[in-house]
Amino acid sequence: MTKNIMIVGVGGQGTLLASKLLGHVLLKQGYDVKVSEVHGMSQRGGSVVTYVRYGEKVFSPVIDRGEADIIVSFEKLEAARWLEYLKPQGLIIANTQEVEPMPVVTGAAVYPGELLEKMQKAGARVDGGDFLAAAREAGSEKAVNIALMGRLSGYFPEITREDWREAVAEVVPARFRELNLRAFELGRSINLTEK
Amino acid sequence: MRELMLGNKAVARGLYEGGCRVISSYPGTPSTEITEEAALYEDIYCEWAPNEKVALEAAHGASLGGARSACAMKHVGLNVAADPLFTISYQGVNAGLVICVADDPGMHSSQNEQDSRHYAQAAKVPMLEPADSGEALLFARRAFELSEEYNTPVLLKLCTRVSHSQSVVETGERVNPPERPYKKDPSRVMMTVNSRNAHVRVEQRTRDLREYAENCDLNRVEMGDTALGIITSSVSYQYAREVFGQEASVLKLGMVHPLPEKLIRDFAAKCQRVVVLEELDPIIENHCRQLGIEVSGKDIFPICGEFSQNLVRSSMGLPVPETMKIEDEIPGRPPVMCAGCPHRGVFYVLHKKNCMVYGDIGCYTLGALAPLHAMDLNVCMGASCSGLHGFNIAQGVQGEERSVGVIGDSTFIHSGITGITDIAYNGTNSTVIILDNSITGMTGHQQNPTTGRNLRGEPAGKVDLEALCRALGYERVRVVDPYDLAEVERILEEELAARAPSIIISRRPCVMLKGTVHGAPLEVNRDKCAGCGACMKIGCPAISLRDGKAKIDPTLCIGCKVCTQMCRLGALAEQGVS
Repeated sequence: MTKNIMIVGVGGQGTLLASKLLGHVLLKQGYDVKVSEVHGMSQRGGSVVTYVRYGEKVFSPVIDRGEADIIVSFEKLEAARWLEYLKPQGLIIANTQEVEPMPVVTGAAVYPGELLEKMQKAGARVDGGDFLAAAREAGSEKAVNIALMGRLSGYFPEITREDWREAVAEVVPARFRELNLRAFELGRSINLTEK
Repeated sequence: MRELMLGNKAVARGLYEGGCRVISSYPGTPSTEITEEAALYEDIYCEWAPNEKVALEAAHGASLGGARSACAMKHVGLNVAADPLFTISYQGVNAGLVICVADDPGMHSSQNEQDSRHYAQAAKVPMLEPADSGEALLFARRAFELSEEYNTPVLLKLCTRVSHSQSVVETGERVNPPERPYKKDPSRVMMTVNSRNAHVRVEQRTRDLREYAENCDLNRVEMGDTALGIITSSVSYQYAREVFGQEASVLKLGMVHPLPEKLIRDFAAKCQRVVVLEELDPIIENHCRQLGIEVSGKDIFPICGEFSQNLVRSSMGLPVPETMKIEDEIPGRPPVMCAGCPHRGVFYVLHKKNCMVYGDIGCYTLGALAPLHAMDLNVCMGASCSGLHGFNIAQGVQGEERSVGVIGDSTFIHSGITGITDIAYNGTNSTVIILDNSITGMTGHQQNPTTGRNLRGEPAGKVDLEALCRALGYERVRVVDPYDLAEVERILEEELAARAPSIIISRRPCVMLKGTVHGAPLEVNRDKCAGCGACMKIGCPAISLRDGKAKIDPTLCIGCKVCTQMCRLGALAEQGVS
């Protein structure tokens, strides 16, 4: 059975490294893996999405509406934007950070409130927290991607914490290894600030 | 070794394993990483050419010189390279020549959705089309063998979902292809009788390749339930297998030109109903119809846009998964010019002066979006110069006084030089603004002939834009710092009014470029700020209005100070200054 994980956020937030780490871990477990993303124009501060699929044999490189088991969201509005890709009762791991898109900045649109509660009401399981703060505590806000992956790691009973830590050490540059491992652990054990 | 690899990286690996020695390319999403990844192999000489035509000609020259060679480009790049493509088809190769072309169904980062398979048919060149990274590697390697065996360039066709997806590959060893010394051959001169003979050879080659397509392992049949037979290629194959598994039989075509006949007839004869699943145009479908085979295709699947598993499900009358939603309207998040982008100042002034702006292809196309709205149209690389010239012929002084062409440095070298030559030679008083940010920005920071660095970042030749423009006949060549709004406005007014062709070079390196010096983030003096929103007019993502006052995001602001020129109250300044 193919499992589907989406990583969504805003261009520049470091979603690509997160998907690299996830793909790396899953491949080492012996799964067939496909990771799909779009480069180019959308990266200029636009909405970005990466699809990660794994299982015995994976065909399509993309995840379609109603197919995602888990959505890892770097930004609250992006979680809501991609909600329809989640399976009923699927899980959203949400960073509570808000990044206003240009239409909100210019006043042409409003940033909706209480998004996590609304998504939960719609039927999603929501695991929200301030992963930016966790990354800051680890030493850099840039490590928010690894903090979120730390959270995600808690949902894979079949993959050991050591396997994850090894993968983190392999995909991040050596000089940021300790910082990212701290972010990983903080993200994994963060106290939830919002549900 | 088994590893997870991006499609484009797998192409680079396949070219490497196939003994490739020379690659000349022009960057373009989604093809760019092929050349960047290949450049990491010391055994391959890689370069960025000024445009795709030059790249293909250089790669073909290297093939004649005895080196297995390649070039890579996006779909619209093949339009630029089409001229040499058609005659290189006649000319043939010496060492293998592979032309990688990446289509962009869904137009994630492109101005049109053309289907490159038409070029294979029109130029009579074989085309291979992998469906994942594993095939991308194998097909790239195989393309060199086919090229030499059939004396033809070979097109390797990708699409966004193959180029930018990672899947598992098995890497192998690099081959040492046989030496192919250059021999003078008078029949290579493409004129009169030689061209006529070459065309006859090309037609025979296509017949030979069609025979090859009937039996080669690039095309394969996967029999399942025979109530439904699906003929497909590329990523559409993945969607077909995702949806139908073993509940349909599949003919997967890895070679999409020339297409086999007997293989398709035999497959169709075994299935009760045959469906052709292909993105964009009905190429395989039309081929089947020509063979007299009854198929469904574009009568149920769209021509426009990308496919997906749900699209296949709904088109075939199958249920799609249930979804959840919330009531709120989710605001869009369009891409924006970065905080501190040097293009912003120019577009703000063009917006303020209400100019007609003929745009071009690059990051600066974002100048068309709110709140700047400072672009009237764009077409293709270089059209901002030649198109503006034509516009001004029609409009006369009225056009010349308020219209500009806007083009980036890399795009200018690609195809702008001929356009501004037309302006100077035929004499419209047109004004072209070259946005020189010292890099090819949109595709992720590639060097180009104006940067003084080559693909590997080593010192290289550098085009002197001012001297070039003067040599082409421009007496009015101005250079301006786009962070200085008043200066941009003054120079723009002068050049629009001048009764002579003009070039304005707006010069500032891309803020995202490594080595660009950033200033300290600015801050808002809340006592001085009246919340008038003047600073919001430049569309900087670092500035927002909160509780009736401007707010600057210190993680985004790079201290360019363009916003301070918008604020009459002096409320925006460096920390501690206001």
